[in-house]
Amino acid sequence: MSEPSITTIPSTPRPTSSAWLACLAIVVSLLILAAPALAEDEYRSVTVADPYLEMRTGPGGGYPIFNVVDRGESVDVIKQRTDWYLVRADNGKEGWVDRAQMQLTLQPDGTPVSFKEAGIEDFTNAKWETGLLAGDFGGANIVSLYGSYSLNPNVSVELWGSQILGNFSNGWMGSVNVVHEAFPDWRVSPFFTLGAGFIHTSPKTTIIQGEDRTDQVGHVGGGFRVYATRRFLLRAEYKSYVVFTSRDENEEVEEWKVGFAFFF
Amino acid sequence: MESRFRVLFLIVAAVSLSGCAATKNLFGFGPEEAPPPSAEPPGQVVDPEVARREIKEPAIDREDFEIGGYVGIMSIEDFGSDVSYGLRIAYHITEGFFVEATVGQSEGGLTSFEVLSGGARLITDDERTLTYYNLNVGYNILPGEVFMGEGRAYNTNLYLIAGLGSTTFAGDDRFTVNVGAGYRFLLTDSVALHIDFRDHLFDIDLLGEEKTAHNLEGHLGFTVFF
Repeated sequence: MSEPSITTIPSTPRPTSSAWLACLAIVVSLLILAAPALAEDEYRSVTVADPYLEMRTGPGGGYPIFNVVDRGESVDVIKQRTDWYLVRADNGKEGWVDRAQMQLTLQPDGTPVSFKEAGIEDFTNAKWETGLLAGDFGGANIVSLYGSYSLNPNVSVELWGSQILGNFSNGWMGSVNVVHEAFPDWRVSPFFTLGAGFIHTSPKTTIIQGEDRTDQVGHVGGGFRVYATRRFLLRAEYKSYVVFTSRDENEEVEEWKVGFAFFF
Repeated sequence: MESRFRVLFLIVAAVSLSGCAATKNLFGFGPEEAPPPSAEPPGQVVDPEVARREIKEPAIDREDFEIGGYVGIMSIEDFGSDVSYGLRIAYHITEGFFVEATVGQSEGGLTSFEVLSGGARLITDDERTLTYYNLNVGYNILPGEVFMGEGRAYNTNLYLIAGLGSTTFAGDDRFTVNVGAGYRFLLTDSVALHIDFRDHLFDIDLLGEEKTAHNLEGHLGFTVFF
């Protein structure tokens, strides 16, 4: 009886499982505790200046209008989700109002309220941007996530993290880029980029038993940022990498990527 | 004849009077209207003490992010089904579009080959743990409202997602495409329940030739907007 049955699935300890669940439980409980605290914040009050304000049952154009607030009455603004505002009328009813109608309300002292919509000016002037791109890195698939901070409308600094998934090897790459846009106010804005970072590659286990390597990379590239709508933009780019290997020759890799991003 | 002249005269008089009434201010005829009473001393036209009005953008609590977790079942092709669980964070860009990141984990069992062949193992036990991350774009294709009895209404959304990521399974990181659909049931304006079905596709060559494996996952989730 010393030999275990061959069909028995070995019970493996799962320390990671309990860690995951504990993490989840903490996050969820914190959020539940935090939610009422946020809701108790002071509400902003605005006065209806249009003939009427339409309140919908949900944050979307398709939801039915169930309550109308007349001109001169005021509503409390509780919160905002995308382009919709949850408001409470004097009669206690809560509903969602779109940005176009909120734009026509007044502050209690009679001055207009600004509920700005993101537009092409923000495409040029927004400070922060984040996006997701995917494409081809020297024959392998690459998935990249980046965050960008604009120093001015022309120059921004970007931090990139990429995962490279190839047939023969996998890897990670992190880099810092400087991006220059000559015409940041154009709807299709070309840019030039320079950067440096690290690449970590590990050969696939089923192909070959090789060693993991971490090398420095430098790159030069260019591409286009294209304003789509609201806070969306599309981005396509080409980069030429030089991997400074410890071997005699440096490696050169070409990369093509497309994706989307949004600014805020 | 006399009455006809009288009528004509009356019409002419009425028209000219009404015309004068309409044009008296235009040409400066007629009595001037009294100027509005003013407390300002004569000579002062504009009061310089008027405070400049600023258009303010109110600081309203934005709730565009959604965070939460989920538990479900994942069927790993050739490796059986097991419990899966994960975390998700979403950012709602418009009322239709959102982006979402998920990380999750499940566990692969034994393949039929491993069961039938006796003691042969294709991969180690550690390599059976499947971990994935995905970066998705979602679209609320069917927003709606459901009713419970006569007095309660809940907002819902049927959404589609698609995205890219990586799955670590059987000793390798595998480029993964995932597509799926989900149903968001908002218990309140900030708390939602989710039911999701997703297909994680990646290439695997563990059992001889390379093939694209479909790994179906169904899960029940809970999220909070913040």
